[in-house]
Amino acid sequence: MIRLQGVTKQYQMGDQAVHALQGVDLHIRSNELVAFIGASGSGKSTMMNIVGCLDRPSSGAYWLNGREVATMSGDELALVRNQEIGFIFQSFHLLPRASALDNVAQPLIYRGIKLRERLALAEQALQRVGLGARMHHRPNELSGGQRQRVAIARALVGKPSILLADEPTGNLDSSTSLEILALIKEVHAGGQTVVMVTHEPEIAEQCQRVVRLRDGRIISDTMPGTPAPAAAGSAA
Amino acid sequence: MNLFLESVRSALASIRAHRLRSFLTSLGIIIGVASVITVISLIQGLSKSVSDQFTGLGGNGLTITAHNEYKDVMRGKINYLRFEDVEQLRVRTEGIRELSPMFNPGLSEVRFTGMSATAQVFATSASYQEVDQRYARLGRFISDSDDASARRVAVIGEKLIEDLHLPQNPVGQFIRYANEWFKIVGVMEKRGEIFGMSQDNYLIIPFKTGQSIIGNNTKPNLRISVAVRDLSRLEETRSRIRGVMRQAHRLKPEERDDFEIESADQLSKTFDSLSNTVTLVMGGVVGIALLVGGIGIMNIMLVSVKERTREIGICKAIGARSRDILLQFLIEAVTLSLLGGLIGLAIGYGLGVGIAAMIPDFPPAVVPWWAVVLSVVFSGSVGVVFGVVPASQAARLDPIDALRYE
Repeated sequence: MIRLQGVTKQYQMGDQAVHALQGVDLHIRSNELVAFIGASGSGKSTMMNIVGCLDRPSSGAYWLNGREVATMSGDELALVRNQEIGFIFQSFHLLPRASALDNVAQPLIYRGIKLRERLALAEQALQRVGLGARMHHRPNELSGGQRQRVAIARALVGKPSILLADEPTGNLDSSTSLEILALIKEVHAGGQTVVMVTHEPEIAEQCQRVVRLRDGRIISDTMPGTPAPAAAGSAA
Repeated sequence: MNLFLESVRSALASIRAHRLRSFLTSLGIIIGVASVITVISLIQGLSKSVSDQFTGLGGNGLTITAHNEYKDVMRGKINYLRFEDVEQLRVRTEGIRELSPMFNPGLSEVRFTGMSATAQVFATSASYQEVDQRYARLGRFISDSDDASARRVAVIGEKLIEDLHLPQNPVGQFIRYANEWFKIVGVMEKRGEIFGMSQDNYLIIPFKTGQSIIGNNTKPNLRISVAVRDLSRLEETRSRIRGVMRQAHRLKPEERDDFEIESADQLSKTFDSLSNTVTLVMGGVVGIALLVGGIGIMNIMLVSVKERTREIGICKAIGARSRDILLQFLIEAVTLSLLGGLIGLAIGYGLGVGIAAMIPDFPPAVVPWWAVVLSVVFSGSVGVVFGVVPASQAARLDPIDALRYE
């Protein structure tokens, strides 16, 4: 499903060349729940950007559902993001002037789906995350947890291959965090592949598989949630 | 198409979200379009009324006058129209409804009980009424018998009542002209003013009376007004008249016409070209106004792109392509400028009508359709031209940088 091979990423920060990723090999199968964990600067955000097709690797290959996406153009990547990836961000990243419903319907615009169908799909998605009653509220009228639910609905509305969550509980208090985490696990239980980026070990613990990054390399790839032998199959 | 509609929807939403700012942004366009539409509507109204007046002025027909080359005049060879020409035309030309000869007896001072005024005096026949489609408001016009017996009667224009302090109904009063007493038998309908000059300070006397004033030996400088039967065949009638006149004057084929045939609309054409020049100058002004307005829009759009960087990042992350973003911002700029143009159009029209109503005797304002089309097209294209830079800036943003932007 996701296969990274020898992926590196360098970029220029001032006069300094930063080697964010230094040869990463990774294979994620369908319906896995994977956490990338690492300190800041470990390269986990860069990983997330590349896996989410927001960025291209400097070298190496990336196959997503059998398609080589490492060499695609910006607009081709936009299409891939629209169809294959659902993003959840730490700071929600909702459109401030649009209602919850419109926010969730937004990705479908770029697929050319008609207004009525869009709204119907968005409504379904919002009901699925338990926000059916507050669809017409704007983000600033919703609590943090509710906003993140809207973001999850938006991520899921297009039925993506991967749900990509970047510190999804980073801006939430602990009880709301648990709710959101429970929701994500519920989505995973429904057959969704989920990749989560976090720096909190407690959150990573809840995942089947934990990929630990440091200095742009994978230092461990374990499966705490499943019996030990499966760990061997992780690296491609 | 779907995407286009979405962009319009989102543009309207974002304009609604910043009402005041959007208004101020398009203010440049609003003022530009409004001022131009105001001026154009006034000029066009004026021009319409002037050409209406000119059309009325000469009747719907032709005027024949003698044509004299300057060098011939210097040699003492002066061409005149003759009274027989009138008869020849009347009898021999098809397509003429009515003819009337007229001339100016030369003097222009008119007196009444110690008051004196300057008037355009002309001597003409009873048919003048029909030719020029202008009728007596009070009393009657000159009759054929007035003409036949060279009676000392006169029909006056409205303005002379005022200038000579005549009673409101001056019919039956005597006024003095060319050392003779003339009885006023009628007052003509009001013509109004052209460029502030009254067209009603005139005095009409019978043709023969005029002849007797200048003496039978003096040849009058005759003009013949012709009303044609069918206006759509004006040119045909004109060439017939030319043929008859050449025969009447016994001109050889190689000789040039010693007369001129003018149609009344030639005057209004002159005015049209004048008003076109003014309109053209206004076109230049609108260009500058729209340029300034466009820069205003570009400025705000650039700010707006900066402000909404994160939103752009979000949209890109969830699948917007560069061209989706480009279209969205471009349409927003076009919508702003188009709305400005439409508001300007409405304000300009209102101002034009208001100003025209406030100035006494000013003709009503007219907004021609081309001015509406032009202002919409121009303001729309200003949006495109000045929206491209901010929109492509937005489209080029890198999604990761845009998402991180604070």
